[in-house]
Amino acid sequence: MVKKKHDDVVLEKCPTGITGLDEITKGGLPKGRPTLICGSAGSGKTLFAMEFLMRGAMDYGEPGVFMSFEETPEDLAKNFISLGFDINDMMSRGLIATDHVYIDRSEVGETGEYDLEGLFIRLGYAIDSIGAKRVVLDTIETLFSGLSNIHILRTELRRLFKWLKDRGVTAIITGERGEKLLTRYGLEEYVADCVILLDFRIQEQISTRRLRIIKYRGSSHGSDEYPFLIDESGLSILPITSLGLDYPVYKERIATGVPKLDAMLEGKGFYRGSTILVSGTAGTGKTSLAATFAVAACRRGERCLYFAFEESPSQIIRNMGSIGLDLARWVKEGLLQFHSARPSLYGLEMHLLTFHKMINEFNPQVFIVDPISNLSAAGTVTEVKSILTRLIDYLKMKNITTFLTDLTHFIGNLEHTSEEISSLIDTWLLLRDIERNGERNRGLYILKSRGMAHSNQIQEFLLTNQGIGLIDIYTGSGEVLTGSARATQEAGEKATELVRWREVDRRLREQERKKNALEAKIAALRAEFDVETEEVHLIAEEEQKRQAVQVENRLDMAQLRKGKSSAPQVMRSKKKR
Amino acid sequence: MKTVSPGKRKKAKTAATEGIWSLRLYVAGQTRKSTTVFANLKNICDTHLAGKYQIEVIDLLKHPQLAKGDQIIAIPTLVRKLPEPIKTIIGDLANTERVLVGLDIRSV
Repeated sequence: MVKKKHDDVVLEKCPTGITGLDEITKGGLPKGRPTLICGSAGSGKTLFAMEFLMRGAMDYGEPGVFMSFEETPEDLAKNFISLGFDINDMMSRGLIATDHVYIDRSEVGETGEYDLEGLFIRLGYAIDSIGAKRVVLDTIETLFSGLSNIHILRTELRRLFKWLKDRGVTAIITGERGEKLLTRYGLEEYVADCVILLDFRIQEQISTRRLRIIKYRGSSHGSDEYPFLIDESGLSILPITSLGLDYPVYKERIATGVPKLDAMLEGKGFYRGSTILVSGTAGTGKTSLAATFAVAACRRGERCLYFAFEESPSQIIRNMGSIGLDLARWVKEGLLQFHSARPSLYGLEMHLLTFHKMINEFNPQVFIVDPISNLSAAGTVTEVKSILTRLIDYLKMKNITTFLTDLTHFIGNLEHTSEEISSLIDTWLLLRDIERNGERNRGLYILKSRGMAHSNQIQEFLLTNQGIGLIDIYTGSGEVLTGSARATQEAGEKATELVRWREVDRRLREQERKKNALEAKIAALRAEFDVETEEVHLIAEEEQKRQAVQVENRLDMAQLRKGKSSAPQVMRSKKKR
Repeated sequence: MKTVSPGKRKKAKTAATEGIWSLRLYVAGQTRKSTTVFANLKNICDTHLAGKYQIEVIDLLKHPQLAKGDQIIAIPTLVRKLPEPIKTIIGDLANTERVLVGLDIRSV
């Protein structure tokens, strides 16, 4: 950081306007100094130089001179109109001046001493005519084949670069790549401030272009090889490796579009800005899950960018209609955008750039690639990983939720393909086939989900005309069952349960009956007992009566015998009932 | 700078100027180099093309826009406009022999 600050103070930079270059050079080319662009034929040197001029003239108000040693201005104009650069128009507006320097040794004789003052005058004239701040010399080395006195030429080139510096113009000098040196004639010897190498190589029939800053005096810069692209909007460089892991994170959660899946993810769904991978074998419903997520995003009013590497947009729209997803509606409303391309159509870098460009243009909140595994057709595993790393870093920077699907193969471990990119993934859903009893069913589970307590259950994954459904899988009696097996098992279980309930019912009723019987018995005994008690009471009463009678009889007898006694009288009154 | 042989115009290459050598010398400023090359050229012409030549000297410091037309890179440059085809020689013209070859004067 300190160093960067230092750069800003010491070295003034001239923004190129070329996508990505200003980031890796931390501001552009050294202002007021010459920069050497070297590379083999067809590596994009002229385009680089021309774009530098055009962007300068259009975006930074710095007119430029293009001095061509190879192509005529007419050819240049024709070549660059396809990239959206109308040189003739720019020339008529006084923003660009071109000069074609042509020298043919067979037509020119040399006698004695000379210098290249004529070239200086021409360049100076062109610069003054439009007040140019930028100059391109493409490819000045042609002079070496046009002039035979190398000694003079070298002296003059040295003078030329010094002259350019003195004029304070930011210059680009292009040079053909040499066998041992950076340039065929060692131009790097004269241009010491900044040297950029463009490389063009073909690997497995797919071409990749790369750019490297070989030196940049007085400035720190990215030193990696950066892939770059040439397409209809000019040159774009991917400064991806300059991205770090310091992107912001968000706590916001977004729905997956499948309520049951939300439930598995703490009931809230994915984190916004996280990276989700769905992997599974063919036909497990990856695209359906992706489309459901896309629709959920659109329903929230978010924009969704859908990269399809397997199917055409119309086919996806048709197919998703069968599970009740109306994608066409969201396309029409401009919230959903499809981009279809065969992965082998162009190299990985091109894909990555296309991603970048589309993302920048459409500015989506949700980004879907279906499937990423097809990218491996366009490059090796390491390359794919590097591309995805850069892509994911980029998306995280922009807080875009990324949904990737990955087609895994039947052979080997199901998690195989994704192993390489696992570390990049925040939430990883796995769709797998469960084959049993002549039937194939889909199961879904969460392999990992960073930063949340997710469910560990395998859910049966159903595609219905109402969308995606998740059903708790049958896990009773130590077995995992899905599909009709689950249904059968569940039905069977219901029946068994019913029978068991009936049995319980029966026993309950029996017990009730027993209880009733018992109570009846108790009642009978009690009745008997009561009867007995009654009898006993009656007997006791009779006995009393009998005794009373006896006492009376005895009193009567006593009276009869004329004896007096009060006691028997009291007793009599007491016992009387 | 200087124009030797009067009335030379670009269009004067028709019948009226048949056999006339039209030469154009590009220099940059009135330097010692410029005068040397002009002297060398004048010398050669006087010797080999006496009376049938005209030299136009163009100072590019005064007329920088003219450098483009004849594809001037090096200074000094001598361009033989007539007789056709156009021929170009760069350098100080010190080597008379090579100038004669370069301008194809020997064959005349």
